[in-house]
Amino acid sequence: MADWYDTVEHDVLVIGAGGAGLRAAIAAAESGCSVGLVCKSLLGKAHTVMAEGGIAAALGNVDPKDDWRVHFADTMRGGQMISDYRMVEFFAKEAPERVYELERWGGLFDRTPDGKILQRPFGAHTYRRLCHVGDRTGLEMIRTLQDKAVHSAVQVHMEITLTRLLKDAERIAGAFGYRREDGRYVLFRAKAVILATGGWGKVYKVTSNSWECTGDGCAMAYEAGAELMDMEMVQFHPTGMVWPPGVRGILVTEAVRGEGGILRNANGERFMERYDQKKMELSSRDVVARSIYKEVQAGRGSPHGGAFLDISQRGAEFIKKKLPSMYEQFLKLADIDITKSPMEVAPTIHYVMGGVRVEAGAGASTVPGLYAAGEVAAGLHGANRLGGNSLSDLLVFGKRTGEHAAAYAKGLVATPRVDDRQAGEERALLQRPFEGGGKENPFAIHEALQEVMGTYAGIARTGDQLARGLEKILELQKRSGDLHAPGSMLFNPGWHACRDVRFMLTLCEAIFRSAFERKESRGAHWRLDFPDPDSTWAARNLIVRRSDGGMQVSVRPVPQVPAELAQLVQPRA
Amino acid sequence: MADATFQVFRGDAKRGDLVTYKVPITEGMVVLDGIHYIQGHLDGTLACRWNCKAAKCGSCSAEVNGRPRLMCKTRVDEFGDLPITVRPIKVFPVIKDLVTDVSWNYKVNREIPPFTPSPDDPGPWKMYPEDVERLFEFRKCIECFLCQDVCHVLREHEGQSRYMGPRFMVRIAALEMHPKDTRSRTDLLKGAGGIGFCNVTKCCEEVCPEHIHITDNAIIPLKERMADDFFDPWRALLRLFGSKKEPRGT
Ligand SMILES: Cc1cc2nc3c(=O)[nH]c(=O)nc-3n(C[C@H](O)[C@H](O)[C@H](O)COP(=O)(O)OP(=O)(O)OC[C@H]3O[C@@H](n4cnc5c(N)ncnc54)[C@H](O)[C@@H]3O)c2cc1C
Ligand code: SF4
Ligand code: SF4
Ligand code: FES
Repeated sequence: MADWYDTVEHDVLVIGAGGAGLRAAIAAAESGCSVGLVCKSLLGKAHTVMAEGGIAAALGNVDPKDDWRVHFADTMRGGQMISDYRMVEFFAKEAPERVYELERWGGLFDRTPDGKILQRPFGAHTYRRLCHVGDRTGLEMIRTLQDKAVHSAVQVHMEITLTRLLKDAERIAGAFGYRREDGRYVLFRAKAVILATGGWGKVYKVTSNSWECTGDGCAMAYEAGAELMDMEMVQFHPTGMVWPPGVRGILVTEAVRGEGGILRNANGERFMERYDQKKMELSSRDVVARSIYKEVQAGRGSPHGGAFLDISQRGAEFIKKKLPSMYEQFLKLADIDITKSPMEVAPTIHYVMGGVRVEAGAGASTVPGLYAAGEVAAGLHGANRLGGNSLSDLLVFGKRTGEHAAAYAKGLVATPRVDDRQAGEERALLQRPFEGGGKENPFAIHEALQEVMGTYAGIARTGDQLARGLEKILELQKRSGDLHAPGSMLFNPGWHACRDVRFMLTLCEAIFRSAFERKESRGAHWRLDFPDPDSTWAARNLIVRRSDGGMQVSVRPVPQVPAELAQLVQPRA
Repeated sequence: MADATFQVFRGDAKRGDLVTYKVPITEGMVVLDGIHYIQGHLDGTLACRWNCKAAKCGSCSAEVNGRPRLMCKTRVDEFGDLPITVRPIKVFPVIKDLVTDVSWNYKVNREIPPFTPSPDDPGPWKMYPEDVERLFEFRKCIECFLCQDVCHVLREHEGQSRYMGPRFMVRIAALEMHPKDTRSRTDLLKGAGGIGFCNVTKCCEEVCPEHIHITDNAIIPLKERMADDFFDPWRALLRLFGSKKEPRGT
């Protein structure tokens, strides 16, 4: 082995320490494998820590009629029938046990008066289903998993960025990257690799996502030959903060609507009456986001281009108890006391439904030995994710994927070989911003790509727009060959941003190509030139794959729902 | 547009200095926005940690004009025309610029015996609101380590080998007072935990961005619990035979 990098060996390497990565690492370790867990930030800081509203699981604690079948149906309807029904079935059936397990590991939730886990209503869930603790459910979840993981056989490697998957012929052999602290290169050898790297909301400017959400895992999988799916499906959460500018995009949890928040336009009208009379504010995210957008387009928006969300009628005591972080967030950052005045909100990028295509129960990608779980994996949420369904997704598929990857690793007779040349190539790419005569500032390219995504792949899309946006992204890709980073390899954000930007540009291209191809409106994907859903498209997923160095989009049939499950999803009278 | 003057520590554990930057002020701007502006427009090598920009992850701790704060929760307009000085937190060694080596905290955390419910009680559990609500305060901790930064015991020579610090007193309190936990950690508190070194000056409480009453609700009750276990044999016996964990003083 070469001496210009450190080598670490594990049976299973988990990339990402959010909810999915932690749960996968625990499962793989419990299966008896040696497990390495890598993350870009410190442990416990991953994006999952920000989740607020709750974990969706049909415990039936406050609405006894709830059960997995209803959760299944709600999730399929939310996904507008392009979800993989097999994933949805595992998910709805196993989520309750995963929540109880979290409690056995020390997690604490709000309780009902008779001592059970309390559940709150959320958009498009038929019953009150979200297990929560105030509005800091993500923190509770990540802390519980973190403490479980550090007391198990998981070895944690913090503040390491991995930038390339290594292969031995067709199968996975490990991953390569650098330590952020000192720039030292690190090579992980592993029999199986689990991607749990989260989403890529950072390709948009108005976003609720943390800096880590640059889609590295998804882009690495693509570069390693894996298939991506449903990349056009990007979720706009209806309620992000809009003012002041510094906080634009920061999430206003759906729990505000769950706990009774009312949306009004500039004329004081409760405009959801126009768009979904039955569910009103608790309609699904795509519907509410589009409604706000339409109000603004019609000239009835709030002063900063959004809508008013008012919870003040619930009273100060209730609000401070149920939504303490929201109360603090507005008071501190926007000088608004939400117990007295409405919040100003507008749609913000929040979640990506697309990602690495995986096999339903196992999380296996199309590359042998490469697995994916959590937001980076596609298939569960289809065209629109319901609130609360992500946290239970992380638990259910984190566990499943961890177990399957461990079983695969144990089944390998020989450890895959690692070829130094792949690491060498990657090093050359990483070094380039320091060498040569590059002039491009990675932060400027990042801003430029965000501008393109916001303008050409926003909430409302047309074919022409998408085609123009794609051209601009391809130009930026060219410019990104000339990135420049001054300084040394020691904790150098400018240098780190260079690789992030290249990953993001790959995913932007995938979003544009897929969005252009899907000639209908469905869920989060709204085409002004094809304003209606087209039933033939309901049977199709879009697949993105690298072939001959170029990006190719193809169609794949959605797994057909068997009759007994299909009947659960029939529209109710 | 008016500018704010930022004086930011640049350097490493060996040497470093404040460097001055002019940053355009935008409405409602926080200190972290200023740091990001510097990174994006003036000097991309400036190192800092952040994740959520919403006071939820505890990554962006720094000393702003001498006070330990979260940069994402500190408004620039709070300082009027004064220059804004941003330094790394002092108690842990600097890696580079605003980034410090907080790995000691992760080592300490591993030494605390984890949550240990009875194996005969698999759940689903009944726990009433009043059983758990007092623990929520402790569970709100975002591990920003600002309390560790101001604790004079940890700042003292060898303090970190004697005392785990306020953050971990909060952590231990959350475990000790959990209605389903069956393990006692009072020997740890007395030994490696070093709770005796805390003399309840409350500096930690003052800087906690989550408003956790670290001393009143965690440290003092833990001190009492420890005193009972070690110096009051009756209480200790009762605890042994009754429910070990009946929390008091909260
Ligand atoms: C404000 C907010 C509120 C939310 N509220 C809810 C809610 O109430 N309910 C709900 O269900 N969902 C909610 N969500 C969505 C949910 O939080 C996320 O979808 C989910 O946390 C994603 O988890 P994950 O484990 O897939 O990835 P993440 O938590 O994003 O973790 C990704 C991990 O991968 C690591 N990583 C990434 N790239 C690399 C690399 N190149 N090398 C090494 N490591 C890498 C990162 O360091 C990180 O550890 C919310 C999201 C936000 C932003
Ligand atoms: S009260 Fe105790 S823990 Fe808090 S700062 Fe003082 S000595 Fe440290
Ligand atoms: S107790 Fe408060 S100050 Fe200390 S680490 Fe936790 S949140 Fe930060
Ligand atoms: S960035 Fe998360 S607390 Fe400041």
